[in-house]
Amino acid sequence: MERRTIFPGRLLPAALVAPQLLLTVVFFVWPALHACWMSLHSEDPFGLASVFVGFDNYAALFGDPLYIATVARTIVFCFAVASISMLVALPLAVFADADIRGRAVYRTLLIWPYAVAPALAAVLWILLVHPQIGLLGRPLDRLLSLAGGHWDYKLNGGQALLVVVLASAWKQVSYNFIFLLAGLQSIPRAVIEAAQVDGARGWRRFRTILLPLLSPTLFFLLIVNLVYAAFDTFGTIQAMTQGGPAQATQTLVVKVFRDGHDNGDLGSSSAQSVVLMLGVIALTAAQFRFLGRQRH
Amino acid sequence: MRANWLAHAVLCCGVLLFLLPVWLIFAGSTQLSHSIARGELSLLPHLSGLDVYRRVLLGPGVNGEASVPHMLMISACMALAIAFGKIAVSLLSAYAVAFFRFPFRMVAFWTIFLTLMLPVEVRIVPTYLVMSDLGLINSFGGLTVPLIASATATLLFRQVFLAVPDELMEAARMDGAGPWRFLVDILIPVSAANIAALFVILFVYGWNQYLWPLLVATDPRLDTVVVGIVRMIGVESLTPWDEVMAVATLALLPPVAVVLLMQRWFVKGLTEGEK
Repeated sequence: MERRTIFPGRLLPAALVAPQLLLTVVFFVWPALHACWMSLHSEDPFGLASVFVGFDNYAALFGDPLYIATVARTIVFCFAVASISMLVALPLAVFADADIRGRAVYRTLLIWPYAVAPALAAVLWILLVHPQIGLLGRPLDRLLSLAGGHWDYKLNGGQALLVVVLASAWKQVSYNFIFLLAGLQSIPRAVIEAAQVDGARGWRRFRTILLPLLSPTLFFLLIVNLVYAAFDTFGTIQAMTQGGPAQATQTLVVKVFRDGHDNGDLGSSSAQSVVLMLGVIALTAAQFRFLGRQRH
Repeated sequence: MRANWLAHAVLCCGVLLFLLPVWLIFAGSTQLSHSIARGELSLLPHLSGLDVYRRVLLGPGVNGEASVPHMLMISACMALAIAFGKIAVSLLSAYAVAFFRFPFRMVAFWTIFLTLMLPVEVRIVPTYLVMSDLGLINSFGGLTVPLIASATATLLFRQVFLAVPDELMEAARMDGAGPWRFLVDILIPVSAANIAALFVILFVYGWNQYLWPLLVATDPRLDTVVVGIVRMIGVESLTPWDEVMAVATLALLPPVAVVLLMQRWFVKGLTEGEK
């Protein structure tokens, strides 16, 4: 994909890319390299000098059961958020693609939540699930107390993880809806009509025709949702539970923020950053390899 | 017929799943804070309580924070600066990469591409250090400029530009149009729909930022409305619930309005751009 005709000149194009390149190097590449460097060093208690310690920070990190637990929790959290939001979006997209009255209105009413900030999604959900004031939280607490239990996500780790997963998945449904609907609309009508002639309707049509044809979109969305759940849910978690109670809702990003920003543990936080970077690179590579294969 | 009935039922459930929480905060904003705290939150708004919006918009800050109009203004300025900044910077760099040949062209392209893999969240501490070395902590520039680099927008514009037929450019050059004229008179109009779509995506992105402002701005005068709300619910026993819900409603309106008003371009741009 190259052009035959181009403009002459070297100075002008260099000036045109300069702003973007400058921002990229100063705020992205340099800090990333700095993180790698810091992850191999340790500061003395006064922060005056740093000594090279090799992979000690990484060894300490992976020797820490709390970190391993956070990795495991983050993986569970990401897959839970990704699968719930896709499972809710899929039937909505299939029915919004059907030839029914008012579908434009339905589409609009399902697209707008894209605009809700992750941190605001948390505020909305607090008012639903709060044990004392929440519309659902109060009756739920009464119900659970019949069985001798309590609904209080501020104290119960499992419940905290559940509400954070639900609020994060809720916010992401409309994104999935938009892409699944676009995926469905790109399936040629002829394919669907041919299936109808063969008598495939309803559930059978969905399972044997639509689902296989949607699978590239579903894979793409899975990766995007995992990245969203891993990185963009910081606001949701911070606003709802601050990673607590104890560490029940602490994901890797919340931990990096806690250790690096709040506690100033530069070595460990940098090592955590580098691990996260490798995670993003792996996910992005998976996505692009897959897209590359799709094109050929 | 049965299928239609099912479709309407499922879609109505979906619509309610999203409208209900938003309706709840609107209804809640009109009720008395202490009755909400007692657990009497109701789905019926009290019309007499609409006064809360006047209080929130005209009064001083809730719980000693910056005033709400000020927070809304910071959010709006931040969202607009990021959206226009990203579009301008990405448009220019994609133009250079697609229509010129210069040394290290592909190096520049891949460096920009790299930023896809380095979200703020993975380099919190070193980015903070760069910001403080440059004196950008607690400044509006610090809030916006570092977020203006964008691989996604550059990739999208490059894709659009590569699809512009060579004949169009040859014709423009024949008419004596220089690189600048070509950009302004031909390329920008040709990619207007993409620019509109990107504007929606980036406005929402900028408005919804939370971690970044928390990291680089501790000065309450730079609080965005999203940061402000989370801070307001911090101390629960003191939370003025009606005001929090009113501010949350106000914070939702601008990005939702932008998405709804520009829905057609937005949906097309989002689904085409990300692939």
